[in-house]
Amino acid sequence: MDGLLIGLVYGLAAIGLTLIFGVMDVVNLAHGAIIALGMFFLYLFFGAGLHPYLSLLPVAIVGFFLGVIVYQIAVRRIINGPPLMSLLATFAVSMIIVGIGTALWSTSPYNINFKVVTYTLGGYTVTSARLVSAVAAVLVTFGLYFFLYRTVLGKAVRAVANNREAAELMGIPSQQILAISFGIGTMLAMLSGALIATLFPFTILSGGVYELKSFVASVLGGLGNPTGALLGGIILGLIEGSVAPFIQVSWTNVIEFVIFVLILLFFPTGLFGGRR
Amino acid sequence: MKALKSPFFWLILAFTAFFALFPLQGNNVTLRETLVLSAIYIILAANLNLMIGYTGYVNFGSIVFFGLGGYLTLWLVADHGWNVYLAVLLAGAVTSLLTLALGFGILRLRGAYFALATIGVNEAVKDFVSNYEPWGGSEGIFLPFSTYKAMGGAAHALWTVYFLIVMVMGASLLLSWYVKRSKFGLGLFAIREDEDAAIVLGVKAPTYKALAYSLSAFLPAVAGGLYFFKNGSVVPEEAFNLHLSIESIVMVMLGGQGTVTGPAVGAFLYERLRGLLLTTPSLSNFHLVIAGVLLLLIILFAPGGLMGWLYKRWPRVRGVLE
Repeated sequence: MDGLLIGLVYGLAAIGLTLIFGVMDVVNLAHGAIIALGMFFLYLFFGAGLHPYLSLLPVAIVGFFLGVIVYQIAVRRIINGPPLMSLLATFAVSMIIVGIGTALWSTSPYNINFKVVTYTLGGYTVTSARLVSAVAAVLVTFGLYFFLYRTVLGKAVRAVANNREAAELMGIPSQQILAISFGIGTMLAMLSGALIATLFPFTILSGGVYELKSFVASVLGGLGNPTGALLGGIILGLIEGSVAPFIQVSWTNVIEFVIFVLILLFFPTGLFGGRR
Repeated sequence: MKALKSPFFWLILAFTAFFALFPLQGNNVTLRETLVLSAIYIILAANLNLMIGYTGYVNFGSIVFFGLGGYLTLWLVADHGWNVYLAVLLAGAVTSLLTLALGFGILRLRGAYFALATIGVNEAVKDFVSNYEPWGGSEGIFLPFSTYKAMGGAAHALWTVYFLIVMVMGASLLLSWYVKRSKFGLGLFAIREDEDAAIVLGVKAPTYKALAYSLSAFLPAVAGGLYFFKNGSVVPEEAFNLHLSIESIVMVMLGGQGTVTGPAVGAFLYERLRGLLLTTPSLSNFHLVIAGVLLLLIILFAPGGLMGWLYKRWPRVRGVLE
């Protein structure tokens, strides 16, 4: 049960990653750093007196604009280059964010202290923080789908993802659409980071762990496929929840990475993916 | 021997000899410790370049070779009483063979997928080693002080290891140079430019890639063995430090990927820069930021690195510095 709820939050992080990959074939290695930034922005707004859940809105707005800026500075010029270039460019962004974060907040752990209620549902104990995070993750995912399939802008994003040249010929300003997509991907990463921050203590380096979880989740679901990423996140959460009683926590990472490499090898389009 | 006629061959030897002899003047231990780090960086960058620069496959987890070599060596020396020379060679060979087997698997992935898998491999090995009790789990392996006695005392042993590391550095540069001029290297370049076309023209791409991957593992593993032997201990966080892996990529890019001189120059400059940033109090917090900005600038404005810029400026340099 806990696994399912956490899994939804992992799924949200993975959607941010997979959306960017799906639209522009860029693997965003700054993803983890951005997740960590989401945690710290929540901490900032919380410190300024806002309720954590109310702070999600400003975090999302900051995330979107941050993404657009990162795209314009680091990604736009090399988007048509070999994959090495975009990997390195986004990694450079990650180094910059983590570097600034370390200088500002050091690497010691922080946490968000607020009142958490515990419910008991048919033998399971659930905290309100986990419940709210999961619900928020689902709502944001629905919002994304509404945007992608029910708005003109969303349609343009899907068109650019499908075929950038053709979309441009149809009069879609592809650079702006790419910037917006990168902004949305970053926003989702920041939001998931903020939600995780309400559950666990965090440091500026925590992003790395969740970045790898996002990779595993999105690869499970097939890179570039948002629904798959959400399901991948849930699977990941369930695996973590169900193996926890039997083995030491430190082994779960080994299992996750082994799954990750195996999936990449044998199902490169994901468990639910057809052919790309 | 055609190689003996090439000025570049002698340049590599001279460079290596300089590294070996320079700190000997007045028994300068501080200088030696700086140079050992440079040499390690050059080894990592030069071998990584075989994958990134020659074959066009981004290996984000190249540090796994270094760490595994270190662990195997210390395990053989501390727990089985091997001498360090045999131990590093065996560690290198085992790492290289494991990499070959792994390569046939994960090199079927291309581009970003391969890059992600290499991160996964490094993290999986790191987490495995952190939990593996025979290798000391997260505490790592420590060498008893008596191991150095057999080599004529600690001070003497450190010098010996230093010369060995410099030799490995020379070997890395020679390997890069040799591969670049060989038919094998030509096959790798063909894969880098267009893998499908290369296959059609008869390059056995899967074998070539796996061999290049395995080749790029041997010397870093040996260097890892020597380095951690010199330190006297090895812990997972240090051995499989993903950051160093990424920094090696920065070095390769800074100097110029696909050249022999580039990664060496890039590694040397990066080590200097890093040292400067870490020792300047006002900047030490920002060394990661500055490295990141540097990487970003290279990628955006000078993807060929220093050597690319030199070649463009003075095309005749290409004939001398490969």
